[in-house]
Amino acid sequence: MRLVVDLNKCQGYAQCAFLAPDVFAMHGEESLVYNPRAEEELREKLAHAVAACPVQAITAEGPAGPGHTPGEPGQERSDGR
Amino acid sequence: MAAEDFLDWLRREGRIVIVGASLAGLRAAETLRAEGFAGSLTMIGDEPYEPYDRPPLSKAVLLGKASPHHTELPRRREIDAKWRLGVAATGLDMGAKRVRLADGDEVEYDRLLIATGVRARPWPKEAEAQLDGVFVLRTRDDAVGLHRRLKASPRRVFVIGAGFTGSEIASACREHGIEVTVAERAGAPLVGALGGVVGAVAAELHRDNGVDLRTGVMVTALEGDTVGRVRAAHLSDGSVIETDLVVVSLGATRNTDWLAGSGLGAGPRGIACDAGCRAFDFRGIVTDDIFVAGDVARSPHPLFGYQFLSLEHWGNAITQAEIAAHNMISASAERRPHMWVPAFWSSQFGVNIKSVGVPSMGDQIMITQGSLAERRFIGVYGYQGRVIAAVSFDNTRWLEFYQRLIETAAPFPVEFPTVDRRPEGRQPIPSDFPDPSLPTHGPTVTLSGYSPSDRHLVFTPARH
Amino acid sequence: MTHASLLRRITDYANRANPYPLYTELRKTPVLHEEDGGPYLVSSYWDIENLLHDPRISSDAANLAAAGADEAGGIEQTGLPPSFIRLDPPEHDRLRRIANRSFGPPHSPRRIDSMRGELAEIVSGLIDGLADAQQIDLVDQFAYPFPVTVICRLLGVPREDEPRFRAWVDPLVASLDPDTSGNDTERKRAAQEARMQLGMYLAGLVEQRQKEPRDDMLSELVTSHGPDGPMTMMEVLSTAVLLLIAGHETTVNLITNGMLTLLRHPEILQRLREDPGLAVNIVEELLRYEPPVQLVPQRTCIADIEVRGVTIPKGSRIWLVLAAGNRDPERFQDPDRFDPDRSDIQHLGFGSGIHSCFGAPLARLETQIALTELARRLDNPRLVEDPPPYRQNAVLRGPRHLNIGMDGVRP
Repeated sequence: MRLVVDLNKCQGYAQCAFLAPDVFAMHGEESLVYNPRAEEELREKLAHAVAACPVQAITAEGPAGPGHTPGEPGQERSDGR
Repeated sequence: MAAEDFLDWLRREGRIVIVGASLAGLRAAETLRAEGFAGSLTMIGDEPYEPYDRPPLSKAVLLGKASPHHTELPRRREIDAKWRLGVAATGLDMGAKRVRLADGDEVEYDRLLIATGVRARPWPKEAEAQLDGVFVLRTRDDAVGLHRRLKASPRRVFVIGAGFTGSEIASACREHGIEVTVAERAGAPLVGALGGVVGAVAAELHRDNGVDLRTGVMVTALEGDTVGRVRAAHLSDGSVIETDLVVVSLGATRNTDWLAGSGLGAGPRGIACDAGCRAFDFRGIVTDDIFVAGDVARSPHPLFGYQFLSLEHWGNAITQAEIAAHNMISASAERRPHMWVPAFWSSQFGVNIKSVGVPSMGDQIMITQGSLAERRFIGVYGYQGRVIAAVSFDNTRWLEFYQRLIETAAPFPVEFPTVDRRPEGRQPIPSDFPDPSLPTHGPTVTLSGYSPSDRHLVFTPARH
Repeated sequence: MTHASLLRRITDYANRANPYPLYTELRKTPVLHEEDGGPYLVSSYWDIENLLHDPRISSDAANLAAAGADEAGGIEQTGLPPSFIRLDPPEHDRLRRIANRSFGPPHSPRRIDSMRGELAEIVSGLIDGLADAQQIDLVDQFAYPFPVTVICRLLGVPREDEPRFRAWVDPLVASLDPDTSGNDTERKRAAQEARMQLGMYLAGLVEQRQKEPRDDMLSELVTSHGPDGPMTMMEVLSTAVLLLIAGHETTVNLITNGMLTLLRHPEILQRLREDPGLAVNIVEELLRYEPPVQLVPQRTCIADIEVRGVTIPKGSRIWLVLAAGNRDPERFQDPDRFDPDRSDIQHLGFGSGIHSCFGAPLARLETQIALTELARRLDNPRLVEDPPPYRQNAVLRGPRHLNIGMDGVRP
């Protein structure tokens, strides 16, 4: 699962690091570091983190979302088919 | 065709080409589809990878928290695009509305978005830059290579340039217990972006974390061994640093070379555009079918005297892309201006550094909360009697208040009391930015003059 | 004035069951100041959000006392210093950082996550105990004992001491209810006495932990030696008092408000029964729709500040009415509708800024697990009375009892 955190919005409340510690970690008191590619079995915990973020800074691809259609290097293709 | 008929047609079956398949390009594509664009969409990117996120490459990846192969950006929605990845755009024919590609192909457009971003500025001496063990850090490939070499326990890493990226790399090295030397031409790290007062705090951060920080020096040469591996760096003070890994962090260059001779107002400082993201041609006349977004754009900002700003900011790339995409398929009256307040963050040595506004415009600074000595503070920058920017070290929850001060042009010096105001913050002091004509690592905001054809630039950015 | 001020109507117990129409009225005057020397009430979302991040707003108990709230002088007499919730930076930041070392990231990143199994066990045990009953009081039989058990384990307070400390906690919590009659000296005095007693009780435990540390927060609070140094003994005690009380009082209300709201929206209760994943959004929406902390009455401004064209003079008391901001139609569509499917639930339920709820991740987990299991296991639950009887408190608002009829308990 892919995710990205808008670190301009992030204010270091660390709710994500509490709820999904295998994806999000605090580096120091206020800096967030995270793995932009979370393991599939962490989907539920990731959902908890997304919902709990007080500044709604986490974007993750949902189960039904796109993103399972990576572009093939150097080839012309259409995604989603 | 009447204007509204054209727009209807464009939205239904027009051809939109986006050059640059990174953050700005992707978010623009998503916005186009979200707003109902049903025509053909082509995404052109010189790297062979689908859009990925770059900030983790110098942070989470180097800290071992993420793989350099897997920072692909999540998709907000399906964009149903033709992807031309691994093929650079090499030219633009504005008259024929065609983009030329490196493989000889040509792609026609009705609307074009240019989001080609920046590339790392390489070590200027080409032969030395080719030495094995000399890296820059901008792309996924750079990160893969650097990550591999850092894992092989180098005896010492040598970082050239103590801007944000250089400092983050040094921080990651120390986290792994790797010896690191940082050489910076200015008097302290981060001075180009935040000035000398804050730079002094950054210097302490480096040194307290065991970085061998050398300031006020230039790197005169990189020396290789007989098999072409880098083995030492020579400094202008005569010292020689033995190292087997060099990371060149000298800021970025805008990717506009491919537009040379196209007639677009594109140069080393970026591509000038209006507040609605429409590109100017070289005569200063705005185009109506070419739009710009992200790091490569330079656009006027009402909060900063309508100066043209170039922003190498993650948040700017997204916002500008969304505005550009909206405007590409909207009638004049429906178009929106890009008025994002510059903001960025960095994470180094466990300290969260954030900034809003344009610090480099500020000639004075006040510490309104916390303390420089504790490395937890808010610094407010003033310019001509108003608040122009603010920076926080581990104090991010207050920063939005200061953003409102910037947006409302609140008076400077800041007179009101705050919780945690200390004696040191009661008076403004010079913010101590270096003379902009001296080369240093890149500021992340560049003031680049008042209009595309203005000959009286107030600020000539470093090294251009 | 022909009728009571809005402030008095909000604090009037008669309106406790449904204060929301009053909040709607309140938002019509975004900055309301009804009486000389009285507080300024701020009720719209963006204004509250801004003020929670405004460094000219103080949480310091001493500033509050100077603003005319009769309390800090008394607190000093008890010998127990203010806890970090009643302090400004840098003291607030230092104490909160030290407390956080034993609670959350970066130093204890898995403490809460690792309690999931334990929380589920406690919940199962409590629900098992409800079997055979045709009617239960959710508060006394579940919503209170659950978070109390959790915070006792986390801190290292013996669960069996609950009747003892409850006698001190109740007057303390009652003192958080802003009294608008202007005559609450006796109540404040009782609260200070209770705080002192609770502190002395905890001092005994802390002393034990100094000699024999265990894996609990009291032990870590007294043995912590991070870059901020140790807390003084008095700081440890005031922090422990805060964590013990804040660690359960608000969660009781969140769980009870949650079950009440679900029973009033049976279709959502049914969905939760079928999809436990919905609990995540249900809890967030609850924090918006029925926040357990309705308002923050403990702020003052240390400069003249302007909000919506109104100048609030330096030294004034400010009430941030979180529950009114949470239903601000300028911020949320259809704000009076309970809708866990909202894509945007950026609520003020836990506050925001440096004083945002310390225990938020624990409260979230507790309530998610509690509501999911109640939905799954209670057979045909229904409200016996609506509205239920409420607690006196206007700040920490929630039902005192929630009588639920049911056909039994599922395995």
